[in-house]
Amino acid sequence: MNGIISYGAYIPYNRLKRKRIGEFFGKPAMGGEKAIAGYDEDSVSMGVEAAMDCLQEMNPDQIDTVYFATTSSPYREKGSIPTLAAALNLRDSVRGMETAASLRSGTAAIMAAKPGEHTLVIAGDCRTGAPTGQNEQWFGDGAAAFLIGSGPDVIANMIDYTSVQGEVISHWRSQSDLFTQSWEERLSSSAFMKQVKESVSPFLEKNDRSIGTISKVIISGPTTRAHLQAAQALGFSNQQVQNPLFDNVGLTGNAHAPMMLVSALEEANPGDQLLVVSFAEGLDLLLLEVTDAISRLGKRKGVQGYLSIKNDEVLYSDYLKWREIINTEPPRRPSTDRPSAPALHRGYQQNLGFIGSKCIKCGTAQFPKQRVCVQCQSKDEMEDYRFVGQSAKVTTFTLDYLAASPAPPMIVAVIDFDQGGRIICEVTDCHPKEIEIGMEVEMTFRRLFEAGGISNYFWKARPIRRKEGV
Amino acid sequence: MFKMSRKGISDKVAVIGMGCTRFAEHWDKSVEDLLVEAAYEAFSDAGIEPTDVEAAWLGTMISGYAGITLSGPLKTQYIPVTRVENMCATGSEAFRNACYAVASGAYDIVLAIGVEKLKDSGYSGLTRPNPPSDGTAPNISAPASFSFLAPAYFKKYGLTPEQGREVLSRIAWKNHYNGSLNPKAQYRSEVSMEKISKSPLVAAPLGVFDCSGVADGAAAAIIVRTEDAHKYRKDPMYVKALTIAAGPGDGRLRQDFDFTSIKENVAAAQAAYREAGIKNPRQEISMAEVHDCFTPTELVIYEDLGFSERGQGWKDVLNGVFELGGELPVNPDGGLKSFGHPIGASGLRMLYEMYLQFQGRAGKRQIENPKIGLTHNLGGTPMQCVSFISIVGKELS
Repeated sequence: MNGIISYGAYIPYNRLKRKRIGEFFGKPAMGGEKAIAGYDEDSVSMGVEAAMDCLQEMNPDQIDTVYFATTSSPYREKGSIPTLAAALNLRDSVRGMETAASLRSGTAAIMAAKPGEHTLVIAGDCRTGAPTGQNEQWFGDGAAAFLIGSGPDVIANMIDYTSVQGEVISHWRSQSDLFTQSWEERLSSSAFMKQVKESVSPFLEKNDRSIGTISKVIISGPTTRAHLQAAQALGFSNQQVQNPLFDNVGLTGNAHAPMMLVSALEEANPGDQLLVVSFAEGLDLLLLEVTDAISRLGKRKGVQGYLSIKNDEVLYSDYLKWREIINTEPPRRPSTDRPSAPALHRGYQQNLGFIGSKCIKCGTAQFPKQRVCVQCQSKDEMEDYRFVGQSAKVTTFTLDYLAASPAPPMIVAVIDFDQGGRIICEVTDCHPKEIEIGMEVEMTFRRLFEAGGISNYFWKARPIRRKEGV
Repeated sequence: MFKMSRKGISDKVAVIGMGCTRFAEHWDKSVEDLLVEAAYEAFSDAGIEPTDVEAAWLGTMISGYAGITLSGPLKTQYIPVTRVENMCATGSEAFRNACYAVASGAYDIVLAIGVEKLKDSGYSGLTRPNPPSDGTAPNISAPASFSFLAPAYFKKYGLTPEQGREVLSRIAWKNHYNGSLNPKAQYRSEVSMEKISKSPLVAAPLGVFDCSGVADGAAAAIIVRTEDAHKYRKDPMYVKALTIAAGPGDGRLRQDFDFTSIKENVAAAQAAYREAGIKNPRQEISMAEVHDCFTPTELVIYEDLGFSERGQGWKDVLNGVFELGGELPVNPDGGLKSFGHPIGASGLRMLYEMYLQFQGRAGKRQIENPKIGLTHNLGGTPMQCVSFISIVGKELS
């Protein structure tokens, strides 16, 4: 059986305090805050960030298959696997599949990993609830990623998994719906509890485990309290129940159970038994056993790290604009042209993988790729050079109030990489008062804009924000 | 860096007539109206008939395509008309090509004219259609790309943000003051230092008053060979040097480009001084019109063109060196800042001021007995641009 070799997560920098929604509508609100994708983020860009957190310095060539689970794909028709593969510098021959629609598609993808292979599972979601509704307050955005495989590096062995199919209309979004709809929650709650009671104990018995031997139960259910109700009904103590992150992230769609699993792994010790119960029109059950290798896993941001890296001063009106829920006065600038598909096709490796060129003659790194070296003018003496992960600093900058941006002023900086090379690009997740010459930045994968239905992905710089010890 | 034939353009051609519309928000005038006004003022000034012109060069960046943009309004009779474009240096490029054509002997009398109609677009600032692309370059505004210069310059030379603000405001204040003396300028009133310093931000640290005026307008010149000039007038303006430097994009790609200098400016200036035989520009040049698209551009230009030592330009600004009564007046007509910047016309507008000053026709802003003038016109961004310089003179060398 396979197991988890590595994990990673991503929580967007921007957090919306739920009381701001309540204040806007003059209604009571749930407490806490929800993570919201910035105007330049979506499930694909968040998925890339989570996967980068998961893979760290690992050789991407070892990955045989990539699964991307989301219910909020940027396209109804056109895949995102090649986008992810190019951004993560995976090999061209990597197999890939998107698992969509079901909120269980994240756990389904983990179960689908083939034995004897390295599978990268990425789950990311960015769902929108209609204003004033409970879903709007409850939902949050985020992503998680796992490298699945076998061998001595496995940090958590997959002991067993199973599924239960049980049709119920609980949460749904049609092809034309902008917002997730939901039925009276007593229906989904009742269906969920019945499925849990019938399936969990037999699953544990089959694997010679009992409620008492499980270190953490990771439950993603159909309501804000379903995890507690299910745990209680099964006989779990509160200490065994994994925090569902509702207070500080929200319900992150099919990334919810995977993000909770990352959280559990961050605190797990060798020998811990982890049970995942993931609901959506039925259940996925996963049983994992943590190994000694977890103590050797390198540092990463993960859920814990990203939780502390945040801007929780986002206004509800910003959220409404970024999600295009309200129409605002267009800037007195021409609208953004859709990108040229031939130009995108020619440059996808460069632009998505952030791969420039380095002159073989003089060693100067350059982005974008050049035929003739800017330093020594040698022609066609270039080798590919990937800038991702390299340290960099701000050389100069501007706050552009005139440029069309969903969050003016657009911060644009001249970024010089410590190992050579320069790019002029947007700076994101940054307050205008923060930017200064010499600021340390790192590159982050973003959706620059959507025009003509085409999502244009590229890299931006963001301030390096370190949590202590991460 | 910059190679050029021994045989330059110096003293080979002369300007014998010029015209310039007022630069303004001309809601009531079309591209055709502006072209006709500027061209006929130049014809009349030169004392020639429209039919005397043997060839024309039209500079416009976004207001029309091909030579027919000019031949239609003027009803020129099947003479060659070439439309040229070199971004904000478009007007200068039209002039440059026309000068070389006359110098070659192919034509005896030609027209160089530039026009732009910016206010018909409905957008803020300069906008232009972009070629299809992958869309990954940040879509920043023109002021933003030039505002990169300000923090880099302040940091390198140890100016506080407040000191830097004062220097930039002083440049805008000077150009507005000069423009207040010019009946053809877009903005003809003085603006206080305080108002400039507190203007709404456009591209921080630049505010509205750090930006050139968005205007419509046209300007024109009639050019002949030097030996023919006195047939038309006793006080023609002689061309001493014409250079243009197109950059490889060092600012985008090379870390040694530090945003306190625009290399294209330096290359164009060095070549122009060589062509005109100028050894000490600050002493030998009587006046200059430079491309003050945004205030920090003018600051950097002082140093790039050798008017100020490196790192000293800001002190010269505060000491009034470049003001009308100063050692080397820069932008006596108000510059792009207050005269306005209709892209294709600006380069010729700069030459128009040199021409008026040499002939003693500059009214309240007349500089005393100028001999040598310089115009500098830049198209693009600090990271990569074309930089044009002309040296013009009242007398033959």
